[in-house]
Amino acid sequence: MNNNRYLSAVMAVGMTAVASSAMAATKVTIGTVNNGDMVRMQGLSEEFEKLYPHIDLDWVVLEENVLRQRLTTDIATDGGQFDVMTIGMYEAPIWGEKGWLTPMKDLPADYDMADIFPSVLGGLSHNDTLYALPFYAESSMTFYRKDLFEANGLSMPDQPSWDQMKSFAEQLHKPEEDQYGICLRGKAGWGENMALITTMANAFGARWFDENWKPEFTGPEWQNAISFYVDLLGNYGPPGASSNGFNENLALFNSGKCAMWVDATVAGAFLTDETQSRVADQIGFALAPQQVTSKGSGWLWSWALAVPVSSDAKEAAKTFITWATSRAYSQLVEETYGIANVPPGTRTSTYNNAEYLEAAPFATRTLEAIGNADPNDSTLNPSPYVGVQFAAIPEFQSIATQVGKLISGALAGSMSVDHALKAAQSITLREMTRARYYSN
Amino acid sequence: MLSLKQRRSLNTLLMGVLAWGVALAIFFPIFWMLLTSFKTEIDAFATPPQLFFSPTLENYTLVNERSDYLHFAWNSVVVSFGSTIIGMMLAVPAAYSMAFFETKRTKGTLLWMLSTKMLPPVGVLVPIYLLFKDTGLLDTKTGLVIIYTLINLPIMIWMAYTYFKEIPKEVLEAARMDGSTLFQEIWRVLLPMSKGGLAATVLLSLILSWNEAFWSLNLTASEAAPLTALIASYSSPEGLFWAKLSAVSTLACAPILIFGWISQKQLVRGLSFGAVK
Repeated sequence: MNNNRYLSAVMAVGMTAVASSAMAATKVTIGTVNNGDMVRMQGLSEEFEKLYPHIDLDWVVLEENVLRQRLTTDIATDGGQFDVMTIGMYEAPIWGEKGWLTPMKDLPADYDMADIFPSVLGGLSHNDTLYALPFYAESSMTFYRKDLFEANGLSMPDQPSWDQMKSFAEQLHKPEEDQYGICLRGKAGWGENMALITTMANAFGARWFDENWKPEFTGPEWQNAISFYVDLLGNYGPPGASSNGFNENLALFNSGKCAMWVDATVAGAFLTDETQSRVADQIGFALAPQQVTSKGSGWLWSWALAVPVSSDAKEAAKTFITWATSRAYSQLVEETYGIANVPPGTRTSTYNNAEYLEAAPFATRTLEAIGNADPNDSTLNPSPYVGVQFAAIPEFQSIATQVGKLISGALAGSMSVDHALKAAQSITLREMTRARYYSN
Repeated sequence: MLSLKQRRSLNTLLMGVLAWGVALAIFFPIFWMLLTSFKTEIDAFATPPQLFFSPTLENYTLVNERSDYLHFAWNSVVVSFGSTIIGMMLAVPAAYSMAFFETKRTKGTLLWMLSTKMLPPVGVLVPIYLLFKDTGLLDTKTGLVIIYTLINLPIMIWMAYTYFKEIPKEVLEAARMDGSTLFQEIWRVLLPMSKGGLAATVLLSLILSWNEAFWSLNLTASEAAPLTALIASYSSPEGLFWAKLSAVSTLACAPILIFGWISQKQLVRGLSFGAVK
């Protein structure tokens, strides 16, 4: 009798343990960056958890560069700390090729893949396999002060040339009135000054590598582009431009100190927000400047959500990223935060919505800019790499950061453009030889 | 021609001005952080910087809404105090043996220990990450306590060694002759005599652990992340963030600043009580 009781008690405890483990929610850890769209996504976590009570979301929000280092360490060592990773167009094809990311196949029919811009999907794929779902996407465009243009009798074309930009900057540069002709990125970094400079070089007919992966910094195209950049920003930009990145220029423009600015399309939302900008109702939008070509003159970037193969909650993670990048999520953002806050740049349906176009005056130009950007064909002469403002190879991050420092140095006046480009050529050659793209 | 008295007064005045200048220069970033935390984002980025503005608490409200501050603060307390306690338990015996039973290799060992601080942490990131992964220590407070103990141990041993060297050997020998065991010798004689210096060592270890960012960012995710990870989450690549970042930094610095302030009196008292010379 006692034995039976003992057995029953053990069985009861065992069954309770099994049942509670079956009912225990799957924890999904999400590594992400701190920006408005991601913060809103975090804010809507509870809505997801209501829909999927068996999934618990855990957020790790980090600064972009820290996140990149953290995710790279984790994925390269098979650490398994993250179930969802926020990655960009640079990482997705590289990590996908290495087999570090779960391919995004068999998505539900109502996900409506055809609604997503093909260029965005292309940038997140390798060999036609999609490795991440786009959360939002951006290109670059020209922002300008309509009031200053009008007062000076100037007219901004739909897509100006860099020569025209210089002429406008000359006329609008009044440093004695704290008004600068043009603001551009000068802070060194592959995602900072080199994003802008690469698109500028593309417009001047330059490319990072020829068909045999040889760098081309000593060619006339790079020489023209960088000389032009240093001259333009050095003479008609704000003081200390070599330390200005996106945020610094945003603050300058918002406080009414820049007549023109070429940067990410997402800046449109900040510039037209009256709580942040003193010139919110005076912003005009044009495409990013062209020069000898319009190819690759505007960049293409997307923050996307991916599931690493090291995750032990792949299905739950995939359920989350499908929800977070769906049309239903956009609808939820619209209802909760207003239509202007819907994640931009990924879905055609967003831009077919007249209400959105009205709420976001920069939307039409954003759509046009994203449509023009083609990561597979971004240079005047053929190039062997994918990417508009970057080359999707693992070595690019390090090379471009070093080149960025040299060009920032040339802008600050610590070296000549010639010297910077020769050093850039030498560094890039050395790194590419070391990485065995070719032998000497 | 100034008299000796006048020259002395002038020197004292100049030294006072210099000391105040240095103190204000050191304190200014903290003051500016505190000030910025009460600004709006647009005021925080204003050029020229604004000293007078309409203060707001919206950044603190936002941080409170978005983040579980107490979770991060508790992790910081556990890993800082945990690593300091374990570190002291290892540093005191190590410094005792080096200070009072010196061999020809003692100096070399001390220098070697200090040399480990010269290695850039990123150089050993991958091996340590793999070690932590294999031992299940990733994103655990235990893991952080171990790593903080190890990185602070050389400095703790050095400091304790320096203070122990000041104590005459004869005092310990007298205790031994009176029949003290090794434990009693350390606990009843050595520690009371050096408590001022050891208190400084404890405080330094606490501050170093509290402020450590590289390992805490790389080895934690959501469970064990301390306040340094919370600060990092408020920096943004696209969008203005200085005011929010200042608010969260103020909240992160406050506990250790208050602790330092309180223990400052104890430290000074401890130093004067501990003096035997």
